Amino acid sequence: MSETSTTTTEGATVQPQLREVPAVRMEAVYKHYGDFTALNEVDLKVAKGEKIVVCGPSGSGKSTLIRCINHIEKHDEGLIYVNGVELDHQRKNIDAVRRDTGMVFQSFNLFPHMTVLENCTLAPMTANGMSEAEARDLAMHFLTKVRIPDQAEKFPGQLSGGQQQRVAIARALCMRPKIMLFDEPTSALDPEMVKEVLETMKKLAEEGMTMLCVTHEMGFAREVADRIVFMNEGKVVEQAAPEEFFKHPKSERARTFLDQIIH
Amino acid sequence: MSHFSPTAAVSYFFNYFLMKGVLVTIGLTVAAVIGGLILGMGIALLRMSSNPVLAGAARFYIWFFRGTPLLIQLVVIYSGLPQLGIKFSVITCALVGLILNEAAYLAEIVRSGFMAVSAGQREAAWALSLSPWVTFRRVTLPQAFRLMIPPLGNSINSLLKATSLASVISVEELMRRSDMLMQEHFQILEVYAAATAYYLILTSVWDAVQRRLEKHFGRSSVTKSRKVATRAPVAQASVEARA
Ligand SMILES: Nc1ncnc2c1ncn2[C@@H]1O[C@H](COP(=O)(O)OP(=O)(O)OP(=O)(O)O)[C@@H](O)[C@H]1O
Ligand SMILES: [Mg+2]
Repeated sequence: MSETSTTTTEGATVQPQLREVPAVRMEAVYKHYGDFTALNEVDLKVAKGEKIVVCGPSGSGKSTLIRCINHIEKHDEGLIYVNGVELDHQRKNIDAVRRDTGMVFQSFNLFPHMTVLENCTLAPMTANGMSEAEARDLAMHFLTKVRIPDQAEKFPGQLSGGQQQRVAIARALCMRPKIMLFDEPTSALDPEMVKEVLETMKKLAEEGMTMLCVTHEMGFAREVADRIVFMNEGKVVEQAAPEEFFKHPKSERARTFLDQIIH
Repeated sequence: MSHFSPTAAVSYFFNYFLMKGVLVTIGLTVAAVIGGLILGMGIALLRMSSNPVLAGAARFYIWFFRGTPLLIQLVVIYSGLPQLGIKFSVITCALVGLILNEAAYLAEIVRSGFMAVSAGQREAAWALSLSPWVTFRRVTLPQAFRLMIPPLGNSINSLLKATSLASVISVEELMRRSDMLMQEHFQILEVYAAATAYYLILTSVWDAVQRRLEKHFGRSSVTKSRKVATRAPVAQASVEARA
């Protein structure tokens, strides 16, 4: 079999080939805040289409990890490649990487002075040069997908938290990213709204989106993740398939962490 | 003359000479606001820069112009600078003084407006690949501006009245022309009643404009369920109101 081929005879599940460019590749990445080491020699490889859940105790560097991938946080040492583009600190590479990645924040970060529709069309129109009509169609397509097309003319402040987060997802999707980064997307939500956001994310996962998601929703992790990345004190301590991770955590730290969040 | 003549006051109010002074007052205010905003934005940007020399220079500027009376600044520009061979027309002197002074106040207002826009807004803009210009123009500026309107309004109200100081360097605005009328006719109360009425009208009109601006730019700030931020204080307030 040819080494460059990415098709398999088994059918639906396409195994990432060794030679395929990974979606994300981090090698010995360090991030410091003054004397504090927030990322400590992090190595991580994410294949295209893979779904990763990042978990770990508070302050372990999960947000920092995910924010370094689209250069919202600058890493200090090591290498980060996103779809083969090296994230050095050059403008054009940063731009290329940000075009390939979408991000969803814990606090939504919708633009409060714009309607839902304007939130979704701003980037396609200004960064991709789309016409207003095109951008509008695109936005309505994704707003329909997250099941809130009827809220398009409202302002974010008029929506519930769950609706706002779904708008944030739609807004990111309007730039047609290849990788989606989520930083605790349901942590700021009332319990009754968590489900609608997780459902939206599951749908995205089913469509084959590459996803890195910081979350403590272990049900979601079990169902959707291909791999759990467990962090502690700035290090990736453990990586395993969900079953494996939940049943047989290797490190003591992961065991105590799981005890805490499951009880 | 131990009486006050309302008819004389009314006639001064409609005096053409005085009305032209009102126009000069409005012109000075508008020009100083525009000039002050442009300069003030520049100074605010320097003040927020990570370069300590630039930030220090901006801080010095603000400290200097907020720490000295406008009257001295005007007199120095008008009478002092010619000593160094720098000479401007009267109106230019007034404008330079007012703009330099106003910029110092507006710089602080602009800066606090931008600082109050959460970092998450900028991060979201970056994550969406928005250019720095679009991020500024469409994301941070409108939100900062909304926060700036109330202090900006107060500053413009003060400025409107502060233009009367330009009378000292012989700019023929409302105050100066009132003085001139007064010296001609010696109807002190009548003339100043007319001038006072004009100042009140101007500040009231501005108040109305400011309220409309606040309403217009505040329209999207309706928050229904910003979980932690609003609910608790609202509940508390209603308890207090009832107590
Ligand atoms: N801008 C900053 N300046 C200084 N220290 C920071 C900064 N951002 C993060 N840190 C520190 O880096 C560490 C890792 O932060 P990070 O936000 O990545 O943790 P986290 O795993 O996402 O935690 P949480 O679950 O609380 O969100 C924390 O100890 C935090 O205090
Ligand atoms: Mg975090």
